[in-house]
Amino acid sequence: MHSEQIRAIVAQHARLSVKVEELADASDLYGAGLTSLTTVNLMLALEDHFNIEFTDAMLGRKTFGSIQSLAEAIEELVGR
Amino acid sequence: MQHSSSQLRDFPAMLNRIHVMGRDIIAPHADAVDRDARFPEEAFAALRAEKLLSAYVPVEYGGMGLNIVELSKICETLGQYCASTAMVFAMHQIQVGCIVHHALGSAFFSDYVREMVSNQYLLASATTELGIGGDVRSSICAVKVDGERFTLEKQAPVISYGESADAILVTCRKSEDASRSDQVQVLVRKQDYTLKRLSGWDTLGFRGTCSLGFALTSAGRAEQILPMPYAFIHSKTMHPFAHSVWGSLWLGIATDALNRARTAVRAEARKSPGVIPISATRLAEADIVLFSMRSSLHLTVADYHSLLTEDVPESFSNFGFAIKMNNLKISCSQLVIDIVGRAMLICGIAGYKNDSKLSLGRHLRDAHGAMVMVNNDRILGQSATMQVGQRDG
Repeated sequence: MHSEQIRAIVAQHARLSVKVEELADASDLYGAGLTSLTTVNLMLALEDHFNIEFTDAMLGRKTFGSIQSLAEAIEELVGR
Repeated sequence: MQHSSSQLRDFPAMLNRIHVMGRDIIAPHADAVDRDARFPEEAFAALRAEKLLSAYVPVEYGGMGLNIVELSKICETLGQYCASTAMVFAMHQIQVGCIVHHALGSAFFSDYVREMVSNQYLLASATTELGIGGDVRSSICAVKVDGERFTLEKQAPVISYGESADAILVTCRKSEDASRSDQVQVLVRKQDYTLKRLSGWDTLGFRGTCSLGFALTSAGRAEQILPMPYAFIHSKTMHPFAHSVWGSLWLGIATDALNRARTAVRAEARKSPGVIPISATRLAEADIVLFSMRSSLHLTVADYHSLLTEDVPESFSNFGFAIKMNNLKISCSQLVIDIVGRAMLICGIAGYKNDSKLSLGRHLRDAHGAMVMVNNDRILGQSATMQVGQRDG
């Protein structure tokens, strides 16, 4: 549901080594060049855009590993 | 020498033997190692004879099975006698730690570890790369795998003791189309590589680590690639292990500097019995700083040891843990300079002279290496980013 907006934010903030259009929703973002430090930029941009705050438990590879997992986490937070 | 299991458990006795080795073998050559910027051969012959290069290897693979707390204590002890020796020993153990924590599931690496124990191999590391700077979590070079074979070339601005090592662990991208941060670590043995010198090692301190720059060219079998992404190896082992053993040997430098200061204070006190000299007050102050350095180091290494024992993967990748290890590095590297400076004031001209028994020249020069090996500003920048991302401190 949010994956198009997430894609735009990933393209702008995640500093990946590949174009976001080349990634599937399930593609591994860490394999595409995301690092634990660049997740911070991505996290801040997503929180600002969706007006959410990721929980502690979400701040890890499970959530930031793919566009799909981000969409699921954001879905959960937006609905709260 | 052979270690029975009861000797292994007697860690204090082992530490005593290392102190004897430090006094009788390591310290007498420390000035020559420093002056000539040469590898501490005598120290490593003695460490090999005691089988200490495999101290961290589990007992079932032939090692001593020491834990990170005990290993750090050995680094601290060696640091009191020759910081270059301690640094080479510490850097070797970090590489051993990477293999022990992350590669023993592979047939190749479990065989290699046994071979390493019986031959007391010395392992070096090629992490930084020309064109990248000091960011060890990025690589330009890539391992090229073709069937069962690989080739790997790296332009390394430093490979500490590269010319004295038996093998080198090299970080690189996992393939030619991988991103810079998608890295693996590859073990290349002496017969697998050639080194061409790129730069020398004429530094202020840690001169005996012989950390020259090299172009490394290697080839081998694909099974020599550690079977885990380097991102995990880095967060669980390379980063926390390095800061534990480095901080420990810097503590050793600081401890010896204050021991020299204590000798100076005693000599001065003897001249005027009944009067406590001002230098004794300075020593009391400096000892508080040493206390603080020692306490935070021991506490942090003990925390890391607990996490390794519990072995919950998420605990190594969370920002809180990474920040804590960064804090340890920055704090210890600043305190060692502070403490050596205080010792200098106490020892006075005897500490300032190069040819006196209380000379602190080597300590002072070595101490300043601590903040530039993985530059403190780089580490602080990473911590700053993580502070923004972290929820609770």
